[in-house]
Amino acid sequence: MTQIFHDSEADRSFRAKWWLGRGATYGVLILWALICLFPIYWTITTSFKMAPDVMRGNMVPWVDYTPKWLGWRSLGLSPDTIGAESTVRAEFLKRFLNSTIVALSASTLAVVLGSLAAYGLSRFSYRFGPMRNNDISFFFLSQLILPPVVLALPFLVLYKELALLDTRIGLILLYTLTVLPIVIWIMRDQFASIPTELEEAALVDGLGIWGAFLTIILPIALPGMVAAFILSLVLTWNEYFFAALLTSTNAVTLPVMVASQTGSQGINWWAMAALSFAAILPLIVIAIALERYIIKGMAAGAVK
Amino acid sequence: MWGAFGLLMLVALLQALDAADRIDMGFTSWRPTLYAYATWGAGLCWGQIILKGEQGKRLVFVLPAALFTVAMVIFPLIFGLTIAFTDWNLASISGRKFNGLDNVRQMWADPFYWNALLNMVWYTLAILVEYAIAFGLALLLNSQIRARKFFRVAFLLPLMLSPVAVSWMIGKSMLEPRFGPLARLARELGWDNPSFFGSPEIARFMIMAMDAWTFIPFMMIMILAGLQAIPKELHEAAKVDGASPWKSFWEVTFPLMLPVSITAILIRIIFKLKLADIIINVTSGGPGGATDSVTSFIFREYRDRSNVGYGTLLAMVYLVLIVIAMTILMKAADRWMRPRY
Repeated sequence: MTQIFHDSEADRSFRAKWWLGRGATYGVLILWALICLFPIYWTITTSFKMAPDVMRGNMVPWVDYTPKWLGWRSLGLSPDTIGAESTVRAEFLKRFLNSTIVALSASTLAVVLGSLAAYGLSRFSYRFGPMRNNDISFFFLSQLILPPVVLALPFLVLYKELALLDTRIGLILLYTLTVLPIVIWIMRDQFASIPTELEEAALVDGLGIWGAFLTIILPIALPGMVAAFILSLVLTWNEYFFAALLTSTNAVTLPVMVASQTGSQGINWWAMAALSFAAILPLIVIAIALERYIIKGMAAGAVK
Repeated sequence: MWGAFGLLMLVALLQALDAADRIDMGFTSWRPTLYAYATWGAGLCWGQIILKGEQGKRLVFVLPAALFTVAMVIFPLIFGLTIAFTDWNLASISGRKFNGLDNVRQMWADPFYWNALLNMVWYTLAILVEYAIAFGLALLLNSQIRARKFFRVAFLLPLMLSPVAVSWMIGKSMLEPRFGPLARLARELGWDNPSFFGSPEIARFMIMAMDAWTFIPFMMIMILAGLQAIPKELHEAAKVDGASPWKSFWEVTFPLMLPVSITAILIRIIFKLKLADIIINVTSGGPGGATDSVTSFIFREYRDRSNVGYGTLLAMVYLVLIVIAMTILMKAADRWMRPRY
């Protein structure tokens, strides 16, 4: 069989170049994926290691070493201790609950307040004294620049006066404040992309402004709200600075617990690994399940 | 209509009464004032609807958020300003004393504060490198590849992790000088005695790297969104015109991406200026304050010395510096971008 069409010399060099480019692309991608994933992998495996395994730097479970429930037992979460009483687990669950409540309610509050404000700003024109719409938006967004240290101390004193120190409500209020600008930013973009004709039609049909907002606009803007909600959830779940300053026993959140253990259990790696992993697990699950929304939320500001 | 106004007045009166109450009626805390403020806010919204009708209903969209922000930002800021000029140590019994400009003088002479500010400049400059990496990754993700979803999720993950957990996972365990995997790798590569937080330069670099690790995905996603918004025709046109990929990147993609890039960098700078969690947990500023950011420095001022007055002044000065720097940056970005539109 004779070949009729031959690759010319130029084609062949092009093909080689193409393969080279492919290889380089995937090489870089895989390298970066490794950089991203390895610390997580390391944490998971370390939580099943025993001291000698850590010292020897064993990496692969079942090949280098046999996994043990040591780290999880110290948290009271391993199979053999899960039924028994455990003070550590009780404490861990309390912190976990604190984190969950604070993050969820702060995000909810921020999304409600933020969506309302964003809708108002994108649809009507206001005047508060000399301030117009743009100034008001800027006022909200400028809160982003405010570094947390500036607020931390006045809040420490204020909360003491208000008896809000070491309470969940105090944290919720503060976290709402920190994520509000981000929510407003995302939602303003979202509402701006919805045509005004929709509301005009609703108004003609006899709905009020609020009626139109609640029944027509909100369902359309829901994806944006979900994105904003998840983003605030991530930020509030991870918040450490305020939580470390403003809580001491009752309202301590997970990051503070993790941080306080680093000192005391310096070399007790398996326990720390188990704790860290338990703290980041919800976020990993969220990231994998809702990746689309997160990316959408973060991209909202980028493309106008 | 007047009933609502009366309600508003009543609540305002109640609030004023509460403020006086701290002296004579013996409330244990100021919490009633907080409730009064909340009621007052609700009353104000309600009153707006009744008094102004349609216009009021519109106002109520923005009012809650505005009231909330004012209560949570403006009030503490003013309060903070009054603290900043006092000598107030929470640990001492003497309480609060006004001491005028003493704190300013102390700040002027405090080498650690200036050092922390200088560090912030270094940390901020590191953003340029992060930006280059993020842009590269975004370009790769935007090209024709398989398993795009897998890579996207993998690249996104670091952003989701809490900085505290990251500082343990990487800073404390992977960089552990004796048996951390990275130390092992460094030894394989011929660095005999790897210590990642021993010398100031390396320690600072490690902090930068860890922070970059968490935040590169953020910039990457913003840039990726920008790349996807560029119409395909432009690239095809460039190709038809005979531009090499390299040239088409610099002549077409990069200029088009400029606005997005600048937004991404500005936001990243804002986040960078808050950098603290990792430093507090990994090095707590050491060795010798080489890795201190302003935030972590002030954090220790509160935490270890409970030096409230001085710490607040430092924070206020920092805020002023940030506002000035950000204004200049935004103006510069604005001017630089305008002629290209």
